[in-house]
Amino acid sequence: MARWKKTKVIPGFGLSMGVVLLYLSLIVIIPLATVFVKSFDSGLSGFMKAAFSQRVVAGYKVSLLCSFIAASVNSIFGIIISWVLVRYDFPCKRIIDGFIDLPFALPTAVAGISLTTLFAKNGWIGQFLYSIGIQSIHSKFGISMALVFIGIPFVVRTIQPVLEDLDIQYEEAAIMLGADRIQIFFRVIVPEIFPALLTGFALAFARGLGEYGSVIFIAGNQPMKTEIAPLLIMSKLGEYDYSGATAIAIVMLFASFMILLLINILQALFSKFSK
Amino acid sequence: MNKKSHFVKCLLLFVSLAFVFVMLVLPLAVVLIKCLEEGWVTYRSTITDYYTQKALGLTLTATIIATVLNTIFGLFAAWAITKFNFRFKNALTTIIDLPFAISPIIAGLIFIMTFGRIGFLHPFLQAHHIKIVFATPGIVLATLFVTFPFVAREIIPLMNSQGNEEEEAAAMMGANGFTIFFKVTLPKIKWALIYGIILCAARAMGEFGAVSVVSGSIRGKTNTLPLHVEILYNEFKATEAFGVASILVIMAIVILILRNIIEYRSRRESE
Amino acid sequence: MYVELKNINKSFKAFKAIDNVSFGIEKGKLIGLLGASGSGKTTILRMIAGLETPDSGDIIIDGKRVNNIEAGKRGIGFVFQNYALFRHMTVFENIAFGLKINKVNKGEINERVIELIKLIGLEGFEKRYPHQLSGGQKQRVAFARALAPNPQLLLLDEPFAAIDAKVRKELRGWLREMIDKLGITSIFVTHDQNEAIEVADEIIITYQGKVEQIGTPADIYINPQTPYVAQFLGEPCVIEDYGRLKGFDKVKNSKAIIRPEFIKVGKTAEEVGSIYGSEKGIVEQIFFRGSNTELKVRVGEILLTAYRNLDEQEFKIGEEVRILIYRLNFFDDVKVHSMENSAIKDPMPVYI
Repeated sequence: MARWKKTKVIPGFGLSMGVVLLYLSLIVIIPLATVFVKSFDSGLSGFMKAAFSQRVVAGYKVSLLCSFIAASVNSIFGIIISWVLVRYDFPCKRIIDGFIDLPFALPTAVAGISLTTLFAKNGWIGQFLYSIGIQSIHSKFGISMALVFIGIPFVVRTIQPVLEDLDIQYEEAAIMLGADRIQIFFRVIVPEIFPALLTGFALAFARGLGEYGSVIFIAGNQPMKTEIAPLLIMSKLGEYDYSGATAIAIVMLFASFMILLLINILQALFSKFSK
Repeated sequence: MNKKSHFVKCLLLFVSLAFVFVMLVLPLAVVLIKCLEEGWVTYRSTITDYYTQKALGLTLTATIIATVLNTIFGLFAAWAITKFNFRFKNALTTIIDLPFAISPIIAGLIFIMTFGRIGFLHPFLQAHHIKIVFATPGIVLATLFVTFPFVAREIIPLMNSQGNEEEEAAAMMGANGFTIFFKVTLPKIKWALIYGIILCAARAMGEFGAVSVVSGSIRGKTNTLPLHVEILYNEFKATEAFGVASILVIMAIVILILRNIIEYRSRRESE
Repeated sequence: MYVELKNINKSFKAFKAIDNVSFGIEKGKLIGLLGASGSGKTTILRMIAGLETPDSGDIIIDGKRVNNIEAGKRGIGFVFQNYALFRHMTVFENIAFGLKINKVNKGEINERVIELIKLIGLEGFEKRYPHQLSGGQKQRVAFARALAPNPQLLLLDEPFAAIDAKVRKELRGWLREMIDKLGITSIFVTHDQNEAIEVADEIIITYQGKVEQIGTPADIYINPQTPYVAQFLGEPCVIEDYGRLKGFDKVKNSKAIIRPEFIKVGKTAEEVGSIYGSEKGIVEQIFFRGSNTELKVRVGEILLTAYRNLDEQEFKIGEEVRILIYRLNFFDDVKVHSMENSAIKDPMPVYI
């Protein structure tokens, strides 16, 4: 401490650091640590049994698959929407831009019931989907749609600033060297925005894995089929099976940490190349 | 060449608008139409219902507490991280980001495990007749956890990019920490801070998963608006559910409009 | 003429960027497009390249009108101001990009890229990424990348603007040498007159969307044709009542510019070489400039800039000196003329 004080002109290190550490400990670190400690209560075999029972593994699979589909769909539309927002001028552009943030602002439970109504058999969109043979609620399709809704701002908001900063010179350089539209897109633009795209994908994917509110209504929650991992924790809690709930939570936390780590690595890579 | 590029532009524009319309505009429209399906009278009685009002009160309480505390925390965290160099700085930033990556269900779970029946603080809390889980404090705690990165995340990158020269200049002239913050730093980060606060409030009022774990959903007591929506929906009272949801939708729209205004103003100021 | 622009006009919204510009460039020449920012020089370059379309007029390259030919098919190499190297590609891949796009076979690409890397003197850097190169190295790679598809015309947009002063000078010489070696017709844009004077065979000076003057560097420097060019080049002093100076008569409604190169300063009239043509002045400021000293000398109301070599005797501030102006340029609103000091020769030769 004393060493820092000597070299720093700006005051407030002790106070701000103190507040941050205290607050973090109370709200995050201690409760989180408790869960880890608790997970050891039932021993390794108990943990493995709870965390990897057939039904739970099915839940992980549903969560992973649907999150992956949703993040992929969002990556494609995210690129297109960011491109349109950055490069084109059209009426109501600011309103469309604002709408992208809707999933950030709209409570997930509201999103859940309105998406369910929309995609139900007699819903505005559902009636078309059902007529072409797609079961759009109580299915993995439905879960994926909810996650697409939740994830889209993550992808758009990570790609958009990168596209805005992308110097038009890169494209012009490619034009001068004889590249056509498609070559420019795949050889110049995609590599430039690729780290941002991956980050956006990872953020949307992580959010999808943990998402609860918008999914439970549309999912139907049939065990082994459309039951997502967060819901399993919820139902274990309902049965007062705390160690079971904790075990699933630990597995999911591990997945979250992995994704967070990946995002951090990506961002480090990002800043290296943008020099 | 020009015709082709016009075609591509129209195609991409169409795809984007279609996506935004189907995935974002329609879900919003559904709420507003469904809530009025049984007429104004039903809508009004839903809104003015005792339980709705109670839920609204709890939602607002949790939102205000979470927003105020997290704003204060966010400012201190940003100050510590951007103004000083210390070891484990990256680790600290990552920990602050954690709630983004953690499922809200797990956020609720950790408080149940800490303060609930099997938590290690349970005997202490019981002895002092303090109720946290399945009560208002639990809801506030869960909301705090879920929303605490928002303010810090908005202002840290900005303060990092602005550098420390102005603060150092002020310190050399003998200004104390609070003077530096309020006179030098705050005006520079004003818009980002407001933006962060808005995002934080939006998430706080809409939080569902975490709150749902710790609330126990006791009607009228520990029910927030999103939880109330769920209860009504599961009781097959769809119109009422959408009625309550419409309150949240209106709040969301207000937030989006505020967000746009702020972005517009901060852009204009930086030009 | 190899490259020819005829009556080119271009507006950006209400701003008239290019105003009826016409000029021609001979094959094999290195041309400097010189002007202040906003003078239209970059727009001219980008129109030749095909990155901008003129509102009217013809652009002709090698006898062909290229207005409707796509940028990539005009056979032009373009070096961008900030290099615009592809960040995710190595040096090798950057240089190979244009060849790959044109579906050249692999063996040929390899051969050509290796040849170019040798030419720019970056052997051993093939696998580096742009962020691992210095500014000068990036510039060389950008140069090689533009040359790879064998363009007939090379365009360079502010090629040295982003490089620090010392390397810039070195790179200028290098570029001149490269272009001489390749014999490729080249046009470069710059706002730095020293750069243009040093490197270019011919300079085109632009101002407010118009071409002010075209000529060799020496020609432009010594015989400026327009008031703008006269004031833009070198470090001239602009003087209104130059009639007060010895040996010069003021022409009505005109101003004069006096270049430091045409001024001699000395301790005595003998030193400056003319008793009748020189006059008294007071040294007001002295700047040491490395290769010489710059003096500000006051003559009556007029403050003049002059240079003095380091091997000559030093002056002190406040010292009285003799100053001789050989010649000046005076100009009205349209034309520039030069005027010699009429008092250098004895004003009244006495015949015995």
